[in-house]
Amino acid sequence: MNRIRKAGKQGRPESGNQESRKATHRRRSFRVSSLPHSFLIFSCLPAFLIHSSSAAEIAIGSKKFTESYVLGEIAKRTLIDAGIPAQHRQGMGGTIILWEALRRGQIDAYPEYTGTIAQEILKSDRALSRDEIRNSLAKLGVETTESLGFSNTYALVMRRSKAQRLGIRTISDLRKHPDLKIGLTHEFLDRQDGWRPLRERYALPQRNIIGIDHALGYSALASGSIEVKDAYSTDAKIEQNDLVALEDDLHFFPKYEALFLVRSSTPSDAIAALRRLEGTLDEKRMIRLNAEADRTKSYTRAADLYFERGATSGSAADESFPHKLARWTLRHLQLAGFSLLLSVAVGIPLGIVASRGGAIGQLILGFASIVQTIPSLALLALLVPLPFFGISVRTAIAALFLYGLLPIVRNTATGLQDIPRSLRESAVALGLSPVARLWEIYLPMGSRSILSGIKTSAVINVGTATLAALIGAGGLGEPILSGLDLNDHMTILEGAIPAAVLALLVQWFFDLLDRVLIPKGLRI
Amino acid sequence: MSALVRLVDVCKRYTDAIALQPTDLSIERGNTTVLIGPSGCGKSTLLRLIIGLVRPDSGSIQFNGSPVTVDNIDALRRRIGYVIQEGGLFPHLTARANVLLMARHIGKSPDEMQSRLRELCELTRFSDNLLPRYPVELSGGQRQRVSLMRALMLSPELLLLDEPLGALDPLVRASLQKDLREIFTRLNQTVLFVTHDLAEAIYFGNKIVLMNEGRIVQKGTVTDLRERPADPFVSEFINAQRGIAAL
Repeated sequence: MNRIRKAGKQGRPESGNQESRKATHRRRSFRVSSLPHSFLIFSCLPAFLIHSSSAAEIAIGSKKFTESYVLGEIAKRTLIDAGIPAQHRQGMGGTIILWEALRRGQIDAYPEYTGTIAQEILKSDRALSRDEIRNSLAKLGVETTESLGFSNTYALVMRRSKAQRLGIRTISDLRKHPDLKIGLTHEFLDRQDGWRPLRERYALPQRNIIGIDHALGYSALASGSIEVKDAYSTDAKIEQNDLVALEDDLHFFPKYEALFLVRSSTPSDAIAALRRLEGTLDEKRMIRLNAEADRTKSYTRAADLYFERGATSGSAADESFPHKLARWTLRHLQLAGFSLLLSVAVGIPLGIVASRGGAIGQLILGFASIVQTIPSLALLALLVPLPFFGISVRTAIAALFLYGLLPIVRNTATGLQDIPRSLRESAVALGLSPVARLWEIYLPMGSRSILSGIKTSAVINVGTATLAALIGAGGLGEPILSGLDLNDHMTILEGAIPAAVLALLVQWFFDLLDRVLIPKGLRI
Repeated sequence: MSALVRLVDVCKRYTDAIALQPTDLSIERGNTTVLIGPSGCGKSTLLRLIIGLVRPDSGSIQFNGSPVTVDNIDALRRRIGYVIQEGGLFPHLTARANVLLMARHIGKSPDEMQSRLRELCELTRFSDNLLPRYPVELSGGQRQRVSLMRALMLSPELLLLDEPLGALDPLVRASLQKDLREIFTRLNQTVLFVTHDLAEAIYFGNKIVLMNEGRIVQKGTVTDLRERPADPFVSEFINAQRGIAAL
């Protein structure tokens, strides 16, 4: 059931995962040497994005939901307070991604839950004792802290008033009301250890079941379009929305004690610092921190609350809007700009080859067209499981690069094919070498078409780059995604409006560029 | 007088039709040879074979006694000037840049290029004020003068003209005909001139080569063609244009 967490619960604070990026790039660049040749081009690309940071820095990872963010932030602060440099890579993804990142040394520690460790990581079909978990993980080079003090258990929730009216207190009570409308996160619905075994265990009769996004599910619950949904026991929204968690009277859901997984190779002072968190967070306190994160839309505020620093903190939580906007926009431009550069560098040569027609030309145009038909979201999702890519800026740039390819390839090919035969032949008849013909005649003559292809790619990239935030690459998609998760329209607009303005500016910039780059003789 | 270009048994077939039957032809130095014939008779194909824009299916082409091959064609092209009906000027380059394109490509010195450019302007009666203009800013006649300068820039041994005056209005055409003939004489230029206009052929040609349906029907002076036609087609072609030829 734990994988549910990665998709299910998302109360994602708007401050997102920007700081973590530096660490992402630093670590990535270590691994490049062993990679196949064709990937080298990508390996150098984040170079300009890299911030220098000391090698001994501890990297904390977190999953893509509020609680994990908050815990990750608390761990980072704890380390820094202990004088150990630390980074927090927020919202990297789900269990498997975090676990792999930990195994490979991309991160040194991340918050995890015992039930998840048993089922997802150790693939056990029964509950494991703390010692069994500890021993199995030790063989894999990973240590665990003791429980942080709370257990985050899965739960079904209903509006309190509704539950009282129907007299529902436990999950078993649901049997008496077969007409209840149930809305579940897609992941929970599909998981082998999710809804189906739960329904079997409790012999639930309900047939009216829909899949719904976790955050939207709360709105649906409030409006009455669904009456039961899945949630986590420490989810602050349970209290905020006056919901009640139904008692798991048949003990279907295992215990999910929160703790930190730490690589055994991590310096002992860092491990010791993280151990200081053991037993410091009970369920009530965790709910309060989650609520604070949801309320302020800032996980750093929530972490402040843990350290009882309250409003005195002057950290990133208080980052002004213009500053955030500048940061998002800069990252957005870096993503779109770098991918565009790659698209140009690869697309124009491919377009030149394609312009000669024949089987290879058809193949190139066909490939570029097919890439374009893949929805951008799917393209990202397809790249993530590949080695070398994963959850990274690199993946975002690679996806944008592929996306921007077709307009450039096609326009280069058409631009060159549209040159009248008499002029092509004049260039040949003059005795110009093939290279000179290309550089001095064909490309300048095709420049209008080629540039318009580049312009199309640029606008597409600026728009599509908003999706990069899905895999933690940041940009203006960050507030859009947070806004979607938090069901907060203002936050969505904070990203959507600048992204639209940016697309217009890019268009305008390229119109100007036309005047500089297209030879005057072609513009008269 | 020795032949600068010699075609021996040259044949070209496109997928749908024969463009040139097996053909022999010599182009003598210092002469203007005019290829004439109706559209599609193979006269442009013959020109394009010489400059290497199409490869012959069989037969051989010799330039200055040595065979034209894929390896030496680019070097040979620099010794041949080529002017087509629409001028073939590159629209993104000024008149000056069009003329100097090849000289620059092979690394001629700026001084050398400048003095040659002045010479050519004078030769072709092209005002050097117009040199910074782009082709679209020039008239049809001016464009053909620039195209001619470009063809003559490297002092080619052979000048190939493919209906160079075909798209011009009659007045401009007449004045360019006159200038062209003067230039050829002055330079003692070897020229292969393609036209479908008999009057033009007579005006330029020391030697007229009449073609029809992919083969040479008759070679000779206009008098030969008129008085000793080799074929009924020759008389037919000449009679069809008599009105003009009589001028």
